[in-house]
Amino acid sequence: MSATLQVPTGTGCLDAPVLRERGQREVFCGLTGIVWLHRKIQDAFFLVVGSRTCAHLIQSAAGVMIFAEPRFATAIIDERDLAGLADANDELDRVVAQLLARRPEIKLLFLVGSCPSEVIKLDLSRAAERLSQTHMPDVRVLNYSGSGIETTFTQGEDACLAALVPIMPRIAAGAQPSLLVVGALAEVVEDQFRRMFAAMGIERVSFLPPRRSVDLPGVGPDTVMLLAQPFLADTARALEARGATHLSAPFPLGEEGTTAWLHAAAESFGVPAARFAMATDPSRQRASAALAVAQKKLAGKRIFFFPDSQLELPLARFVSRELGMKLVEVGTPYLHRDHMTPELALLPQSTFLSEGQDVDRQLDRCRAARPDIAVCGLGLANPLEAEGITTKWSIELLFTPIQGYNQASDLAELFARPLLRRTKLAV
Amino acid sequence: MQLTLWTYEGPPHVGAMRVVTAMRGVHYVLHAPQGDTYADLLFTMIERRAARPPVTYTTFQARDLGGDTAELFKSAARDAYERFRPQALLVGASCTAELIQDDPGGLARALNLPVPVVAVELPAYQKKENWGAAETFYQLVRAFAKPRTRPAGGRPSCNILGPCALGFRHRDDVREITKLLGALGVDVNVTAPEGAAPADMTRLADADFNVVLYPEIGMQAASWLQRNFQLPYTKTVPIGVGATQDFIAEVAALAGVAVPDSLSAAGSNLPWYSRSVDSTYLTNKRVFIFGDATHVVAAARIASEEMGFEVVGLGTYSREFAREVRDAAKRYGVDALITDDYLDVESRVTELRPELVLGTQMERNIAKRLGIPCAVISAPVHVQDFPARYSPQMGYEGANVLFDSWVHPLMMGLEEHLITMFREDFEFSADAAPSHLGGAVKKLPETILQAANPAKDTERRWSAEAEAELGKIPFFVRGKARRNTESFAQERGLATITIDTLYDAKAHYAR
Ligand code: SF4
Repeated sequence: MSATLQVPTGTGCLDAPVLRERGQREVFCGLTGIVWLHRKIQDAFFLVVGSRTCAHLIQSAAGVMIFAEPRFATAIIDERDLAGLADANDELDRVVAQLLARRPEIKLLFLVGSCPSEVIKLDLSRAAERLSQTHMPDVRVLNYSGSGIETTFTQGEDACLAALVPIMPRIAAGAQPSLLVVGALAEVVEDQFRRMFAAMGIERVSFLPPRRSVDLPGVGPDTVMLLAQPFLADTARALEARGATHLSAPFPLGEEGTTAWLHAAAESFGVPAARFAMATDPSRQRASAALAVAQKKLAGKRIFFFPDSQLELPLARFVSRELGMKLVEVGTPYLHRDHMTPELALLPQSTFLSEGQDVDRQLDRCRAARPDIAVCGLGLANPLEAEGITTKWSIELLFTPIQGYNQASDLAELFARPLLRRTKLAV
Repeated sequence: MQLTLWTYEGPPHVGAMRVVTAMRGVHYVLHAPQGDTYADLLFTMIERRAARPPVTYTTFQARDLGGDTAELFKSAARDAYERFRPQALLVGASCTAELIQDDPGGLARALNLPVPVVAVELPAYQKKENWGAAETFYQLVRAFAKPRTRPAGGRPSCNILGPCALGFRHRDDVREITKLLGALGVDVNVTAPEGAAPADMTRLADADFNVVLYPEIGMQAASWLQRNFQLPYTKTVPIGVGATQDFIAEVAALAGVAVPDSLSAAGSNLPWYSRSVDSTYLTNKRVFIFGDATHVVAAARIASEEMGFEVVGLGTYSREFAREVRDAAKRYGVDALITDDYLDVESRVTELRPELVLGTQMERNIAKRLGIPCAVISAPVHVQDFPARYSPQMGYEGANVLFDSWVHPLMMGLEEHLITMFREDFEFSADAAPSHLGGAVKKLPETILQAANPAKDTERRWSAEAEAELGKIPFFVRGKARRNTESFAQERGLATITIDTLYDAKAHYAR
């Protein structure tokens, strides 16, 4: 069934040079992941142990205002805590007790480390153990780091999921093979994939993170995993350490990416080609038809990616191969070659890749290149627009369902709309 | 450690950013990890500023710690100078860098840059955004202000102090007040921070006095200028008709000018609009006010003296100005709520059940949940607080804007009367939202209001008939009737509230 993928001859840009930059990085820290994770795992609460900056970052990234009491908060460290560590631990116990009294429905509490908690060496893993002992069986307490000195934006999700791996139930060797899809997806996408796998005859499918922490899937030597997001290096490593096998595949963005991704599972589970075709063909055709419309608007347009979510490479592959867009620069905060090999192989040979950032120099390159559209963070978007460069905010790519067949044209639309808007406006 | 679900103010370095972003020719080198760059979006997204804030972050990472974070700071400062060529460099640390104690001031000075370096120390574990803005502005004023060079005599002249980036309507207030000062024959020497360059700040003492528009940001600098250059400053913030008149009188006295007739209160439509009969329905509307100190104190006076409302509660998140707010609260016979925990505010609003809330965007959310009309009067700001149209809060035009924006969420006078008269008619359902707001304001069912305030109702039960009778009372006084009846019943130890209790209570409170 590999005929479904028209892999170009050659190695794409696997051997292309990469510009490595080490200047100012204009990116969020890993705390930002809480904004979507707290919606995803509905019985979990995220308590950042940090500063007022950390609290302000999350509320600003979460759309500035909260409309319902969210399942995240910050334990703001103050002067008194800085005076002595024993004190800080007592304070944390008090804050956690206060929080759990307020939110009795919470089953899983994450203590999320920040730059300040790490610099003062507040040991949150010990704190989590201690607090788990106090509050089990009602509430389990885990910890991970979302700090800006350790994690960039989506790496916060990686750290969070990696923290879940040790408590996943063990599936003993010799069990029926099962499929684990790793990475937070919108429910609508999850349901589509589940139906798709079922149509292929793959029934034992679970998702990490689960919608409820009490439904944490199992893992063992007969587990195969597909990564639904490109930024999950630590989680994948932890799952491999527990016996799971990683299926290398492009990420499920666009018709081509989704097919290749599903196909990796099909191959592993021995799904006959005809059955795979039957399960996917109608969706593939629908997606292709919808993308043909989008392609008319986008083909030939030049696109520039600022580094942000690590989704840049798969997105670049999608827009160049399925929408005919031209890649000016593809920046990524980190280039995980292992997980990116299938993507790199599909990218045009001449792609200009950059890793890390020096934001002022990158802005110079962007201005000089004058792309038709730049994908960037919220801090850069309006300034670039004011200079006449159309933008797409990258954070929307995390909040919008973009994976899978039925979302492929929505993903294209995210790039088409800002361009359309610019041509419409006559003022 | 403090459990914080949401915060009214950001960290103090965000205050410093508000000052430098408003100014020209100052660049801020901030020792901070990468995530702290989120603050840029406050300016570019919320305020729609077309340029990035003039801030360079060092974005040190874990691997730099213990090694060469100081070197990193130095190269960031050097590169920032080379690239942006500012007239002055401001340097400082965010919360994390404060812990690693690299001394940005010393490091930057060691670079021997050809421009002044101003170091600000903003203790991130004690202080907050407004304090950070005030301290930064004060440090810059101290660094640049020079003795007066302008000869005595000539037209009176003042500085406008306080307006900055991410301020609530600062852009329009400055325009309005500059115009007003012009009508008084007073020139504006320098407006700062907004629009000022370091070179402008050297001329601050050329003015005869200072106008402090936003004490939260400008007061510290103004009192330093008074101590060092004998520049007096205004104490009245001209929000509302009365305060604008007081401000005009204060400025006229400081400048030694007469007040022209054109600046009488007739300059605003508010006095007449408040007296017109349609506004009768505004009388004693119960209002709760929360925000920064300046806007709260001003709003309370307007609510009481200019709109004829009843102030049932007020408070602020600005602890630095708690005293001013407590004094104001005393004038209206209420307790001031000084807190930065929005849950405290929410429970106070729930308990008081005001008919109008004047607050920040957070109070707007609280009021929405509780089905209470609300107008926003203060920062923290939201993209909606930067309207495209001219919309000052200060001066006579500001008073017009306030009248409109406070009345807008309420039922219009005639409409309210009709609903009272025809409330049995299904088209005039008491649960209807004001017609000009479409479906936007939905009343929460009383049961939810009760649930939000459970302590009150655990002991006293309403009989079905009394509950039904209560339903016939117009909704905008129903909350008050329920509250009064319940406290009446409580005082008398009545376990059940009957129709008689309801009317007994009504008679009791009517006295
Ligand atoms: S970068 Fe560090 S200090 Fe800043 S918000 Fe993120 S975790 Fe907090």
